[in-house]
Amino acid sequence: MEPVLEIRNLNVEYGLGDRAVRAVRDVNLTLHRGEVLGLAGESGSGKSTLAYGLTRLLAPPGVITGGEVIYHPEKGDAYDVLGLSDKALRAFRWAETAIVFQGAMNSLNPVHKISTQLTDVLRAHEPRMSEHTRNARAREMLKLVGISPDRMDAYPHQLSGGMRQRVMIGMALILQPQVVIMDEPTTALDVVMQRQILGQLIDLRERLGFSVIFITHDLSLLVEFSNRIAIMYGGRIVEEAPAATIYRDALHPYSKGLLGSFPALRGPRRELTGIPGSPPDLAGMPSGCSFHPRCPQAFEPCAPHIPVLGRPDTPDGAARSVACWLHPTEQPVG
Amino acid sequence: MTIPTSSTAQVIPGQGAMAAPEGAKPSKAKRQRFLFLKNKKAAFGLLILGLYVLFAIIGPWITPYDPDARSNDLIQPPSADHWFGTTHLGQDVFSQVLDGTRPVVFVGFLAGAIATVLSVIIGITAGYLGGKTDDTLSALSNVFLVIPAIPLMIIITSILDSASNLLIALIIGLTSWSWNARVLRAQTLSLRRRDYIEAARATGEKTWRIVGFELLPNLTAVIASGFIGTVIFAVLSLITLAFIGIVSAAGWNWGTILFWAQGQQALAQGAWWWFVPAGLAIAFLGTALSLINFAIDEFVSPRLRSAGKTKLKTASGGTVRMRIGFTPVLSNSAEPHTRARPIPINTDGATPVAREVAK
Repeated sequence: MEPVLEIRNLNVEYGLGDRAVRAVRDVNLTLHRGEVLGLAGESGSGKSTLAYGLTRLLAPPGVITGGEVIYHPEKGDAYDVLGLSDKALRAFRWAETAIVFQGAMNSLNPVHKISTQLTDVLRAHEPRMSEHTRNARAREMLKLVGISPDRMDAYPHQLSGGMRQRVMIGMALILQPQVVIMDEPTTALDVVMQRQILGQLIDLRERLGFSVIFITHDLSLLVEFSNRIAIMYGGRIVEEAPAATIYRDALHPYSKGLLGSFPALRGPRRELTGIPGSPPDLAGMPSGCSFHPRCPQAFEPCAPHIPVLGRPDTPDGAARSVACWLHPTEQPVG
Repeated sequence: MTIPTSSTAQVIPGQGAMAAPEGAKPSKAKRQRFLFLKNKKAAFGLLILGLYVLFAIIGPWITPYDPDARSNDLIQPPSADHWFGTTHLGQDVFSQVLDGTRPVVFVGFLAGAIATVLSVIIGITAGYLGGKTDDTLSALSNVFLVIPAIPLMIIITSILDSASNLLIALIIGLTSWSWNARVLRAQTLSLRRRDYIEAARATGEKTWRIVGFELLPNLTAVIASGFIGTVIFAVLSLITLAFIGIVSAAGWNWGTILFWAQGQQALAQGAWWWFVPAGLAIAFLGTALSLINFAIDEFVSPRLRSAGKTKLKTASGGTVRMRIGFTPVLSNSAEPHTRARPIPINTDGATPVAREVAK
């Protein structure tokens, strides 16, 4: 599979100097064309910061202190998103990478019609498109996300939460980006609506062929919908593997903890467990593996040495990576 | 890179729940005093304002000449004897400007204080209590809103023979509160439906406590900027009155200087020193007050504060520009920050042990 977005050693900090908080540390991640990559972890693990960092959307005082985000367009040469000029970055956004934000359904402007908000981005990115074509495209987009095109002239308050969410997803897809980043897009919706929207998203992905980075703390949702899952803890990726592999045998104790905290629908009954302790303070991280104070399987090397994300020595090790001293890595990834 | 084994022994004692922090934990930020002055706008504005207040207090005592005293140096340009030159009667302009600072500052701040107190009382009462009270008070402030303050003052001061500065301050204060009252009423209306106010009411807090401890702190920025705005308005009103010759009897102020300069056609005579110092004094006072106003806004709203500070110094001495939507990139080299390398661990034994590895 060819990569579409490669994140190499991305570092994001909040603030400058010695009081800076390192929210994302040396993250390496590759998104392949057409896949759904899930990003999971508890609150404050750096999921959203990673997503906003790679698109350079972090509000001050966020700064990117290092790394590369290599984007491979459909045609032409790959380039580093972090090195783009302001103008190029504006053109890149939405056309190549779109974001559906956390609580996106409240992002719609209440005083404008859906149609205005849908065609606004077309007006900005493709100014030569005629009014008629723009409207046709917006209608088509609404139909794609399962909203009747006669709702074009509706105002946001006339739509339900799920419909608004779908409008936002349609809006993100309107320029046919290669990468769509979804930051907890369904958190505010009930489970029925969540399922419906995600099913639609997967459907759309098959038809349009974009890749998705899906951020959530709901690991059960990811297991079902994503191809691969990356688990973040304390600003680092601790494990990354195909979704089924993570579900069947997670290697990192933290992933196991996350998986043990929600019930399975089928299979034998088991005791639900959580992860003891609380997330680490990003300003004063534990030494070595940042999970070791909470880890039930911690041993000598965990406290002094930081484990590197690499291929484990398991039979399926080639397709996955983990950062844990329990699973010595052959070589680091990236 | 080699990781010395000795480091293991040093850190291991603190393992488990008592994890040693990575590197030295940055020392807790000290409680920062005078944080408001850290803002450049606030510091600059307060510095200028401080000078004005100082001259308002000591001005009349340190004037080199009596501002009314005539001399034979008629319409002299600035010189060592007369720093700002002289008028058509040989009066010293510098002395007049110094002497005129006190009434301007006095009237400005007294009128601002009166208007602010009135607007807070009327605005918050109307907004918080609602109903008939709101209707009455809103009608009252609407009436005051359409009263033209300057013509009213002209009438009042012309009826009274000698309008003192105190009276002028009272009139300006009593006529200029309505705009701020309306702003505060609107803000109170929006705040009183917030959950924390509702919660305070539900837990049975007294109305005075809700207003004093829940509402007022959230209105600080509005009140403060309203005060500053009224001070500017009052200063300009006083100068306008003096300039059109209404209060010239009440001693010197910058408006009086401008009144005489205008009357004697200073501009046509080329006597720029006659009106430029007073004009600049007004402009600088307005600038200082506006700067303080901006600083209050930034101080009270942290988001504005960080947005205002767009250029920041990095540890290496460079500057970064912080902008919303364009996160600064300090370095886009793909070098990892953490110099971690895999350490092969012997797993076929019983306990895995970290070992020193060669590069």
